[in-house]
Amino acid sequence: MQLFPCPFCGPRPETEFHFGGDAGNTRPDAAASDSDWTNYLFFKHNRKGPTREIWMHLTCREVFLMARDTVSHEVSATEALGGEA
Amino acid sequence: MSGWRTQSGWAVDRNQSLSFTFDGKTIPAMAGDTVASALLASGNRIVGRGFKYHRPRGFWGAGSEEPNGIADVQGTQHRPNVQMTLEPATEGLRLRSINGHPTAEHDRMAFLDRFARFIPAAFYYKTFMLPDWHLFEPRIRAMAGLGRLDPAAQGFGPSAPVNATCDVLVVGAGPAGLAAARAEAKAGRKVILCDEGALPGGSLLFRPARINGQEGRDWAAAVVGELRALGVRVLSRTTAFGRYDHGLTGLAEAQANGAAPRIWRIRATETILAAGAIERSLPFANNDLPGVMSAEAGLHYLSRFGVAVGRRVVIATTNGSAYDTARALHEVGAVVTLLDLRGGAEAGKHPFRVITGQPIETALGRRQVEAVRLASGERLDADTVLVSGGHTPSVHLYSQAQGKLRWDDGVQAFLPGAPVAGLRVIGAAAGVYDLARILPGQGVEAAAHGGTLALWPRPRAKGRIWLDLQNDVTAKDVELAHRENLTSVEHLKRYTTLGMANDQGKTSNLPGLALMAELTGRSIPETGTTTYRPPFTPVPLASFAGLRSGQLMNPVRRLPLEAEHRADGALFREYGGWLRPAWYGTGGETAEVQREARAARQGVGLFDGSPLGKIEVIGPDAAKFLDFIYYNTMSTLKPGRCRYGFVLTEGGAVFDDGVLVRLEENRFVVSCSSSHVQGMALLLEEWRQDSFDRSRVVIHDTTANYATLTVTGPKSRDLLQAVGFGTLDDLPHMALSYGQFEGDEVRITRVSFTGDRSYELSIRADRALGLWRRLKDAGRAFDAVLLGGEALMILRAEKGYIVVGKDTDGRTRPMDLGVRGPFEKRKGEYLGRRSLHLPAVAAQARDLVGLESLTPLPLPAGAHVVETVAGKRRSRGFVTTSHYSPNLNRPIAMGLLEGGNTRMGEIVTLYHLGHEVQARVAPVCALDPEGRLLDA
Repeated sequence: MQLFPCPFCGPRPETEFHFGGDAGNTRPDAAASDSDWTNYLFFKHNRKGPTREIWMHLTCREVFLMARDTVSHEVSATEALGGEA
Repeated sequence: MSGWRTQSGWAVDRNQSLSFTFDGKTIPAMAGDTVASALLASGNRIVGRGFKYHRPRGFWGAGSEEPNGIADVQGTQHRPNVQMTLEPATEGLRLRSINGHPTAEHDRMAFLDRFARFIPAAFYYKTFMLPDWHLFEPRIRAMAGLGRLDPAAQGFGPSAPVNATCDVLVVGAGPAGLAAARAEAKAGRKVILCDEGALPGGSLLFRPARINGQEGRDWAAAVVGELRALGVRVLSRTTAFGRYDHGLTGLAEAQANGAAPRIWRIRATETILAAGAIERSLPFANNDLPGVMSAEAGLHYLSRFGVAVGRRVVIATTNGSAYDTARALHEVGAVVTLLDLRGGAEAGKHPFRVITGQPIETALGRRQVEAVRLASGERLDADTVLVSGGHTPSVHLYSQAQGKLRWDDGVQAFLPGAPVAGLRVIGAAAGVYDLARILPGQGVEAAAHGGTLALWPRPRAKGRIWLDLQNDVTAKDVELAHRENLTSVEHLKRYTTLGMANDQGKTSNLPGLALMAELTGRSIPETGTTTYRPPFTPVPLASFAGLRSGQLMNPVRRLPLEAEHRADGALFREYGGWLRPAWYGTGGETAEVQREARAARQGVGLFDGSPLGKIEVIGPDAAKFLDFIYYNTMSTLKPGRCRYGFVLTEGGAVFDDGVLVRLEENRFVVSCSSSHVQGMALLLEEWRQDSFDRSRVVIHDTTANYATLTVTGPKSRDLLQAVGFGTLDDLPHMALSYGQFEGDEVRITRVSFTGDRSYELSIRADRALGLWRRLKDAGRAFDAVLLGGEALMILRAEKGYIVVGKDTDGRTRPMDLGVRGPFEKRKGEYLGRRSLHLPAVAAQARDLVGLESLTPLPLPAGAHVVETVAGKRRSRGFVTTSHYSPNLNRPIAMGLLEGGNTRMGEIVTLYHLGHEVQARVAPVCALDPEGRLLDA
């Protein structure tokens, strides 16, 4: 079981977290084409190696950014999105 | 008879005798014995049968590497596949051997061995193909498999797992582990030390050694005393079975009293792996005969338990470690011949005969070993053959931690390569076998292990050379795999089942892949090893389950008024994770539910709706935020009013429906479905943090803070006035009011899930009982009825009100439920809007419609409307809800149907479990379509 460092609560077991998606998958504006919209909805990079992802810590309900490696499982950084922590 | 009890053996208490049974035979033992040592002491050689050929098998080892000595512990605390080498002998224990029909001693399946050449590796794959493997599977399964479960036996008792952290976890309490644990503890670190054996000490428990003038095992005991004084936790009979991400190690601690082994999840800053090494066998024909054992195990049984495993003993070794065994057995009077396969000049220097450079060609004997024939042709009579083909370091946890192994020619084994962060491998597990090097500067006197001669199975050898004793794999099977081009180690493993038994190939993997290396002309490191995976030794699933069984498997949430409902005769069911009254009374489900549903429409019904969502959305941007969240515009809602709406997924499907209440200008309550509260709270929080100013809108889930009591029916207002809520005359449908009950505020919303005039009363949960009792008392005058969840389902279905997830699925859009306004007219962005405009989404739309049964019987829920479309028979929709309505006196149903709104009045055919029934497409609302009851 991995340990993820919540920027607010510190290291916690991965079962306390909820995956939110790739970082930077910005919601297209109202005029988006069908293909832009479906890419936003369904296209996942599933990168091997270093990734930047959005996670939520379910016990404190804070969403944050986590940079980790999908091969080594090393977590290199986490960052609160609102800059509070 | 071959083994016997000597006068030595420090671990057994000769004054305390006991007995247990093995295959019905009584076996005497002493306190301190393992089952294996007691069986060997009383001369029992055949303790199991081969998995496939049912050849007789005896003990090979003395620890967790044992492939043969496995038995089922019978009785109420039945435990299958127990390693007898680790199981303490206890009074009254009943054991049954495995693979023996009926017993290991007399196995009527033994004839199979005569057909061995017809059933090589993969025989099953090739033979039982036509017409169908499943025809043969039951018989083959009955023959295969290790232990058997006793159907009448109880399972393990529960053991609560323990989570622990420490600075240093030391795996293995041999000399290396003990010394490391002491050094770390003395440096002030918090240390946990574990060992799979019953006693700490590792090889010091049986191998002769002196440390600083002290007997080895006394030194071990002294160190353990020091460790305890330093506050180190020492866990015995505890196996570190797996290494997981981020420094997590899983341990299983054996329990007395029939409980499952306890799981320890330990996060250590550093883990020191001192798990030792496992002795390998040597390749000669019939090396599986009972009486062929590990040389180290022979020493272990003798010095610890006082059990000499034989009287005429041939010892064959590729390294120096077996000399300890030879000396010890010679000293108790056994006739020992040692074959030092390395050559050298040891002959004549020892009080026992030493032959150099002559490997064993074959072991001879029928039911157990009787002699060996050497390569030179010389025959040596022997009742026991002890072998040491070198040692294989237990690097499992290092490998599981993604460590890369490197081959070492000196010890002929894979050793840890580059260091892994947070994991240090020491002692025999790192290929350091000599005690003087493990404990430098500590005055060690012990025999040297020396280098290991490379002696591996060779192709085209005569006779059957056994590699995997537990899965019955021979060298010939590996050669067969090679001929059939299955030369990678992973293919080899799967094709021959080498190393796939529950010993995970501790003794067999390396010889097997060494032979494959030879066959393919590659080196052993080029051939590589299979992936090490947890667990190191089998761990019962009951251990992982821990306390999560029965009621704790998936604990239900409970109502504040549960006890009151029970006293009122409620029958409870689980709804969306909550334990709620399904109906009240003892008259049977159908009768009681119909009674409740009828009475609620005639007078007044009381329903405990406490799990209903009450998520508050607060702040100056709350209205803007909810406009985005909801399909319907919510910012136009006036304070004190309620609005029904949908929340969609970003894919455009209905995620939840419910009433939004605007308490104040900047304060709302999301009254979502009872089973969706957690999902809604998450959705709200994600979008709040993703797209809104977090300082201007916050989410606060108050669901559990309030009980919600629903009063529904034509007499609901009268009842509330009788209870003292007198101001409701002017309260319109979908509006909010407040009342007082015994000093507490009661939030009253006039909303309806039944179609009748209804009020939802929310009061702080700890004061709800008084209000509920008052409602019940006053309700007698109005013929009030207690409503369970089942009757409520009928009432809402009569009105065509939906339950999301029951009447909708993952592709149901709001338009499919007849709510088109926002889709067509709404300006501004909202969750899921863009997806509603995708042509692909519209193309698969189904409408929610009513379905009328043409018979007096309700339609089967889940039945599909199957029709021919473009030449193909396929489902065009299905029944989502079906009941008998006591108020309409006929069946009612709803379903999702392609183009349903254009097919009103048509007859459709439903298929269900091979039967057909017909139904008429109708509007979803079956009762009071004009909505007069709301104000009745």
